[in-house]
Amino acid sequence: MNGGDEVAAAPVGPPQPLEWKFSQVFGERTAGEEVQEVDIISAIEFDKTGDHLATGDRGGRVVLFERTDTKDHGGYRRDLERMDCPISRHPEFRYKTEFQSHEPEFDYLKSLEIEEKINKIRWCQTANGALFLLSTNDKTIKFWKVQEKKVKKISDMNVDPSKAVGNGSVASSSNSNSTKSYLANGGWPEKSYGYPSNDFTFPPGGIPSLHLPVVTSNETSLVARCRRVYAHAHDYHINSISNNSDGETFISADDLRINLWNLEISNQSFNIVDVKPTNMEDLTEVITSAEFHPNHCNMLAYSSSRGSIRLIDLRQSALCDSHAKLFEEQEAPGSRSFFTEIIASISDIKFAKDGRHILSRDYMTLKLWDINMDSGPVATFQVQEYLRPKLCDLYENDSIFDKFECCLSGDGLRVATGSYSNLFRVFGCALGSAEATTLEASKNPMRRQVQTPSRPSRSLSSITRVVRRGTESPGVDANGNSFDFTTKLLHLAWHPTENSIACAAANSLYMYYA
Amino acid sequence: MATIDEPLYPIAVLIDELKNEDIQLRLNSIRRLSTIARALGEERTRKELIPFLSENNDDDDEVLLAMAEELGVFIPYVGGVEHANVLLPPLETLCTVEETCVRDKAVESLSRIGAQMREQDLVEYFIPLVKRLAAGEWFTARVSSCGLFHIAYPSASETFKTELRAIYSQLCQDDMPMVRRSAATNLGKFAATVEPAYLKTEIMSIFEDLTQDDQDSVRLLAVEGCAALGKLLEPQDCVAHILPVIVNFSQDKSWRVRYMVANQLYELCEAVGPESTRADLVPAYVRLLCDNEAEVRIAAAGKVTKFCRILNPELAIQRILPCVKELSTDSSQHVRSALASVIMGMAPVLGKDATIEQLLPIFLSLLKDEFPDVRLNIISKLDQVNQVIGIDLLSQSLLPAIVELAEDRHWRVRLAIIEYIPLLASQLGVGFFDDKLGALCMQWLNDKVYSIRDAAANNVKRLAEEFGPDWAMQHIVPQVLDMINNPHYLYRMTILHAISLLAPVMGSEITCSTLLPVVVSASKDRVPNIKFNVAKVLQSLIPIVDQSVVEKTIRPCLVELSEDPDVDVRFFATQALQSSDQVMMST
Repeated sequence: MNGGDEVAAAPVGPPQPLEWKFSQVFGERTAGEEVQEVDIISAIEFDKTGDHLATGDRGGRVVLFERTDTKDHGGYRRDLERMDCPISRHPEFRYKTEFQSHEPEFDYLKSLEIEEKINKIRWCQTANGALFLLSTNDKTIKFWKVQEKKVKKISDMNVDPSKAVGNGSVASSSNSNSTKSYLANGGWPEKSYGYPSNDFTFPPGGIPSLHLPVVTSNETSLVARCRRVYAHAHDYHINSISNNSDGETFISADDLRINLWNLEISNQSFNIVDVKPTNMEDLTEVITSAEFHPNHCNMLAYSSSRGSIRLIDLRQSALCDSHAKLFEEQEAPGSRSFFTEIIASISDIKFAKDGRHILSRDYMTLKLWDINMDSGPVATFQVQEYLRPKLCDLYENDSIFDKFECCLSGDGLRVATGSYSNLFRVFGCALGSAEATTLEASKNPMRRQVQTPSRPSRSLSSITRVVRRGTESPGVDANGNSFDFTTKLLHLAWHPTENSIACAAANSLYMYYA
Repeated sequence: MATIDEPLYPIAVLIDELKNEDIQLRLNSIRRLSTIARALGEERTRKELIPFLSENNDDDDEVLLAMAEELGVFIPYVGGVEHANVLLPPLETLCTVEETCVRDKAVESLSRIGAQMREQDLVEYFIPLVKRLAAGEWFTARVSSCGLFHIAYPSASETFKTELRAIYSQLCQDDMPMVRRSAATNLGKFAATVEPAYLKTEIMSIFEDLTQDDQDSVRLLAVEGCAALGKLLEPQDCVAHILPVIVNFSQDKSWRVRYMVANQLYELCEAVGPESTRADLVPAYVRLLCDNEAEVRIAAAGKVTKFCRILNPELAIQRILPCVKELSTDSSQHVRSALASVIMGMAPVLGKDATIEQLLPIFLSLLKDEFPDVRLNIISKLDQVNQVIGIDLLSQSLLPAIVELAEDRHWRVRLAIIEYIPLLASQLGVGFFDDKLGALCMQWLNDKVYSIRDAAANNVKRLAEEFGPDWAMQHIVPQVLDMINNPHYLYRMTILHAISLLAPVMGSEITCSTLLPVVVSASKDRVPNIKFNVAKVLQSLIPIVDQSVVEKTIRPCLVELSEDPDVDVRFFATQALQSSDQVMMST
């Protein structure tokens, strides 16, 4: 195998590395401003079209953003695309609305405080112009509907409301009595009036003096309403929720169990995976993340703290404790250390849009798996290999348990994940791509960009397209930037159709495009 | 602001409250929509009220649901069927909301209205409505449209009919699984209105597409379509088209689809007729009974009796019974429990000999099951076996099973068996009962759990009803009355309760001679709770016993209690005295 063969196999060649530019920031910190704990972003999610973005924070709030660059042209977006408009538009968002999704609670039975922190947000099918999303904290999932509501003004009532409120003081003597008893009756006048329902005969043409109130509405306002609450189904903390492609069910996963819900039924769920051993002392691994396949309604994947991903088929059995496929990497012999198991723990998995690949993030690496190949990952990207000598310190200050998320681009050609010092890394995963970019969540993302992309270090097994690359350049450290473990970029999301990334640095939401 | 006459005031308020800020008031107004319509008259209802409702449809779901329901019966208020079409627009918008229950109700109301509409109105208004919904931008409209085709189709012209069939076929291939599910659910209804020629061609090809859908959730709804379509087709077409589908479904990869088949197979058998059932469906059913997914076996086991009923006994014994034997030792308790709840019904199907030879061993093994639900299910259906083979063959195993359940550590299990005791008593007869079960019934009166004591008191009453006062006097009453001396007041209270239940059954004489003295002596109890319960029991005895007894025994006792230092005792004693006064006055 040499370079020439590779080109022949992929005549188009690997896509060029992207040049990332700053697009927007929401909630930027001014110098010296202290970050309020409740403002720290804890979840980011684009909707299916990419026209909306939602963030959740530790204060239990959900903030929605909407895309502005396409909205201006209303329904002509398709036409624009057809014209292949030369103006290079990148997604731009504006604040749409926000609402308090979860409140802090106290579980009196277990004497446990339940944080309001939003762990995950998932968008659901839109209908009638309303937006729907699921949000969850550690215990409770909520289904939200966000809709424009007309602000109504009611006028021309049959009964003068001012008179009614005035309790008869200004009313004419003929109906002041009625007003009083109407109010005293709490608004339901049936009893006091011998309601004219059955015995009362209306004249054939109706009563002309009665008329319907006139409703006028000029403006609209966005209203978020909680439609359903899916509660009391998890003994442990919920780490993921995921919608099914069938549009009617979703799963929620905690440390030991995965439950299946129907969106319309909030009082029952089915346990489909239960890894709790009869004796908790035998516990060797926990579920860390779970996601439905993007188009096969019967398939879902979940990851574990021991670095494995299990693919299960809901068709096989009602209780899916036995997996259909298991993906894990054989550890290299002799390399074991105290930290091996801890850093193998997968913090996040994501299906690629095609449904064929799964991206997983563990403490040191991103791994891309092909669901048709369970012998090992098709690609491994080193995210923060330079930390290996510091694992002891990271263990001491608990940073080693940080849960970094990962994401794939809509075309499946690139993957991204966060790191410390508010850095995030983007890798090309197309055949032959050597793209490996480090960006900083700031207005100048390329500030820390120092290393040149290194050629992937190929092993003999390159026939199976296994690549290992993104070797960390020690230059970052040499650059004089000491790594800051307190500023970690845990949450990020890739726009579903364009090269645009939204990422959270503490309380600020940064957006980049390429 | 118009001045409203006094008698119209409530109706005026009702109208205003259609737009009140308080949802409860809006709901009230919507619920009285017919009153508002009558007050406005038919013409203004058509011209003002209905358009008003169409415009103001962004209300809360509860209000929309109520509106959808009210509009379904609104034809009389808009001036009869010739004006029914004015009701369509508000319901059409309700068909597009995202809350399923509102949409379903709107579709139901539209169907109801459509069924009454004149044919030319259906053509002019209803068919276009269905087409609009089916072409709706949001999936919600398209979902609703599927439930309306069967109303629109019969009155459509040939061209429209062709178009409607084409639209329905498109809905079955919609991008949204929700729409395909709705199309699958409603296919049977629609197919029933389609001409036989198209049924065999177009509808069947739609159906075949649905049975091969990627989404399990669509395929399993198609299973239901099998039975509905099967009933519409000629038997030979059914065998040719539906049967292979069913057989395929019974081997579907998804357990949920197989589960649906297991649940529906009985109806499907009716559709394909007895011969094909024997040839093709019995093997399919046997497969389902041995399915590797417990949920499927549960569904299949629960239908075993129904299924056997449509087979001849030989076939049932030869093919089904071996599976039943397997199931009776299934690893899943729920499978065994489902089997136990129906297996007794197989006895009449198989006849006496086969039951004794084949079923009895299964009954006996299920009666010894480690899982109480299984045993309970067998016991609850005892009467079915009794009719075929009598109870003697079972009684040997029955007693240990009952005793074990009676002493189960879960009170719910004990409660369940108590509920069956009267049934058991009637099936087993007085003799068996006296020997074995009497002691158990007394033991429950002393149970630690209130619900059990309560049920036990009821049970004592039902036994007295079953076997008569004489028997009760001999076998129940003395034992019950003995327990009034229990040192714990809660148990004494149970006995008082039992006495109050027994008294009407035992009659005046026994009550006066045996029960009343016990109650009266209990009025001297040191615990106030007992004393005011005595007052309550005495009150309940007043109508049963003779007036002289009331005067001589009950009233003096109540008078004494009404001067008790405890306020509750005084309260209930006074209440009882008042009611005895009333009885006296009325006689």
